[in-house]
Amino acid sequence: MSNTVKLSCRGVWKLFGDNAEQFLKQGIAASDDSALIQASLVGAVRDVNIDIYEGEIFVIMGLSGSGKSTLVRCLSRLIEPNAGQILFNGEDLLRMPEPQMVEIRRHKMGMVFQHFALLPHLTVLGNVAFPLEVQGVAKEAREPRAREMIELVGLSDRADNYPRELSGGQQQRVGIARSLAVEPELWFLDEPFSALDPLIRREMQDEFLRLQQALNKTIVFITHDFDEAIRLADRIAIMKDGQVIQLGTPEELVLAPANDYVAEFTRYIPRGKVLSVAAVMKPVSAKYFVAKVHFKQRIEAVIDQITAQAQLPHAVINEAGEIIGQIDRADVVDLLVGPANA
Amino acid sequence: MPNHWLHRGHWKYFWFCALLISLYLNLYGRQWLPRWSLKFPRQWELPLRHEISTFMNWLVEDASLGFFSFREFTRGIAWLLDIPLQIARSIFSTGLMKGVGSDAVQLLPPLPWLGVIAVVAAIGYCAKDFKLALLVAGCFAYLAVFGQWQSAMDTLASILITVPIGVAGGLLLGIISYRHHWLEKLISPFLDLMQTIPIFAYLVPILFLFGFGPVAAMVGTIIYAMPPMVRITLHALQSVPPELVEFGRMAGCVPRQLLWKVLIPSARPGLMIGVNQVIMLSLNMVIIASMIGAGGLGYDVLTSLRRLDIGAGLESGLAIVVLAVALDRLSQALAVKTQVTRLKKAPSFVARHAWLLGTTLIITVTYLLGFFIPLVQSYPESLQLTTGSSLSEAVKWLNINMFDYFEAVKSALLLNVLIPLKRFLISLPWGWVIGLLAILGWQLGRWKLCLLVVGLALFILLTGQWQKAMITVYLCGISVVIAALIGIPLGIVSATSERAWRISQIIIDTLQTLPSFVYLIPVVMLFRVGDFSAMIAVVLYAITPAIRYTAHGIRSVDAQLIEAGIVSGCTKSQLLWKIRLPMAMPDILLGINQTIMLALSMLVITALVGTRDLGQEVYIALTRADTGQGMIAGLSIAAIAIIADRLIATSAKHTRQRLGLN
Repeated sequence: MSNTVKLSCRGVWKLFGDNAEQFLKQGIAASDDSALIQASLVGAVRDVNIDIYEGEIFVIMGLSGSGKSTLVRCLSRLIEPNAGQILFNGEDLLRMPEPQMVEIRRHKMGMVFQHFALLPHLTVLGNVAFPLEVQGVAKEAREPRAREMIELVGLSDRADNYPRELSGGQQQRVGIARSLAVEPELWFLDEPFSALDPLIRREMQDEFLRLQQALNKTIVFITHDFDEAIRLADRIAIMKDGQVIQLGTPEELVLAPANDYVAEFTRYIPRGKVLSVAAVMKPVSAKYFVAKVHFKQRIEAVIDQITAQAQLPHAVINEAGEIIGQIDRADVVDLLVGPANA
Repeated sequence: MPNHWLHRGHWKYFWFCALLISLYLNLYGRQWLPRWSLKFPRQWELPLRHEISTFMNWLVEDASLGFFSFREFTRGIAWLLDIPLQIARSIFSTGLMKGVGSDAVQLLPPLPWLGVIAVVAAIGYCAKDFKLALLVAGCFAYLAVFGQWQSAMDTLASILITVPIGVAGGLLLGIISYRHHWLEKLISPFLDLMQTIPIFAYLVPILFLFGFGPVAAMVGTIIYAMPPMVRITLHALQSVPPELVEFGRMAGCVPRQLLWKVLIPSARPGLMIGVNQVIMLSLNMVIIASMIGAGGLGYDVLTSLRRLDIGAGLESGLAIVVLAVALDRLSQALAVKTQVTRLKKAPSFVARHAWLLGTTLIITVTYLLGFFIPLVQSYPESLQLTTGSSLSEAVKWLNINMFDYFEAVKSALLLNVLIPLKRFLISLPWGWVIGLLAILGWQLGRWKLCLLVVGLALFILLTGQWQKAMITVYLCGISVVIAALIGIPLGIVSATSERAWRISQIIIDTLQTLPSFVYLIPVVMLFRVGDFSAMIAVVLYAITPAIRYTAHGIRSVDAQLIEAGIVSGCTKSQLLWKIRLPMAMPDILLGINQTIMLALSMLVITALVGTRDLGQEVYIALTRADTGQGMIAGLSIAAIAIIADRLIATSAKHTRQRLGLN
């Protein structure tokens, strides 16, 4: 993850209903529900502002009807927003003429769909090669590339099968391979694992993380599953009724939920998996330490080490090796089961 | 619904009162109602039919498109269409001819019968399996053995040219209206009209514009068979999952690529149903088309009917059915077959084109053999079979020995049901009927439906078709009631037992492939002409949707609901009456709707057996070549059909919503 903004979303609105543009000219606040109802408009995306950095996994999480799917379609301009700017590498996509937009979609964007969206009349190979075929890449050039992608997702032996002959998980692997065939800079995944069984889903999440480690794409990932969001995200935007109600790292969400709605999601999240040592540590007060732990490590990873020592705390060090805090068994237990005196 | 003063329960009482008043009007209305309220005065009628005739005359005689007249334009199209038709006919039926009329000399023979059979069998095998190959080969062999080969190949040739044109035209219109929503809105009422207006009504204008002959017949068939293809194309494209369209756009497809690489391939199974429909409708049109110059099997049926040669007519009719069965099964198999066998490695030229090469080989070999061995070229006449005479004998026997029974049934029904109902409907004042229609429209669909229904009814009234329209309503109504009384129980039975389901599927499939004309033959043989025969023929023709939709509705009731019923201790009959039937009601309503549509289309054909309704009016117009009369009567039938369709479809929709289906 770097500090370059890849995709920036400024004041984006998408309203469904008649006269949405006129309504927006009145300059009504995003949270004004009654004004929308009065104009008989449905606010799918309301004044969304987000910056997505190069190389990060940005998860948009929300329940059904929260507008997350509409938002991701606005980002790729599959749906035309009513107002706002979508800056991709600093260029406003919404002002771009259609031919240029087609070029961007052909070369710089890839998308994975919830129900796979595989073409039923093409083989796995044909599907993966399809985006290249559309660009006009010759058969001799696109097929080796497609095979490469198929190998990347581990389906080499199924290249000549048709989608209907594959399991759900395999179909989505094809969807992933296909979206990567053009080497996109920006990778959209719209609830890619929601239609899969829980076990397969977990396997695919691991696979996804493995791929991202190798490819380092800028990713916009949509999900309705908070656990999935926590597991995959660098940062999460939580949406409700078309608005982003909180944006932050998983740790920030768990430590400081913006309101009860977010708190409801975070309540049952195992904290040890989300929080880092830095979030739990206390200021240095002891003179002696058992050992050192790195401040960025997840509590989960160091829990055995810390709780093995009843009395003495561990020292927390930063990247330079300096001691910046301490952590002991009581801190960890408080975190996991709640403070003793609460 | 917002109005509490007339909620659902109260409508029942209203309609009961309306019925009582109608009965009263029937019995005593004549004594005090003014004459104009019973019979619409002629001087009030709109002179629409003359205007249509005048317009048609102008179009044919004077209309000009710059350098050439409109008529030259249509005749030019006819000339253009004639080319492929002649080629197909010389390949399949006549051979390559030189000269005209009786002086014509055959330069080259047509395809030999053995070759054609081998090829269709090969297609059958390629499309599905050995069984299908056997079936289609059997069908074609039947045509040869029973002496129908020449006519059948004539018909096949015209079908082979008509179907691609109809499919391509339908596909094109469907695609354009998928892309442009306004066009969909624009053509939708036209499609409704085209599907409800009887074919006879537009035969006259076609005759004027395209002349008498196979091409005019082809144009008529295309006009008849294309609207469903437009509908199906539109529907198939619209049912492509939105995600697939989004994917196509994300992959950077331009609109053309999106259409040909994403939409059409994904919609292919649906589109193939459309192709099958076009084939079946074209075959259905075969006999009617022969009235404006199509040769082949249809012509044979028509001439035998005119000669009252029942046996020969039935034999040619059966040949149409056999051809229909073969083409139907073939096209269905091709529709289901989604992909050719997977090719692992790049195959050799021979392997890749095995089928093409094989069939070419068969044709060449049989064709060459045909020159030396006449048996290969054409099926020997001495070996032909005919059932014609024995069929005629059987009919004769039935008529001699069973006449009393048939006559008794017929008279009883006529005297007690048909005639009283007819009198009842005719005696009702038109104002009263339109008023009731308006209220019904308002009850079901508020102002929009109310206005539509009243407008259509007024059209019938103002063009002076009221009386005939009421006779149509009576004949159609009684036939539909009987069809429903027979069809719904049959549907229930076939839905509840797997064996009955399979049997009924076969029966329905067969009934649906029979061209409507064929129904007339046995009916006329046994009951002679008149309303009763017409009714029987209509019931036979229109019963299939009643059976099919009922069975489908009952079979698709949610299994959990049935289980819930069983757990609650329902008996079998309670399950049927309290769960299955109410849940299947929307489907049953749609089935009745379809039955009405089929009944109306059949009614026009039964005009040939002497009914006195709108169908007769259309038929007379055809024989007199009176465009105006034909169009007005045809549009009136369409108006009745649309009224019935909208009322029933709306109430089916309400029922669905109430049951939370969809």
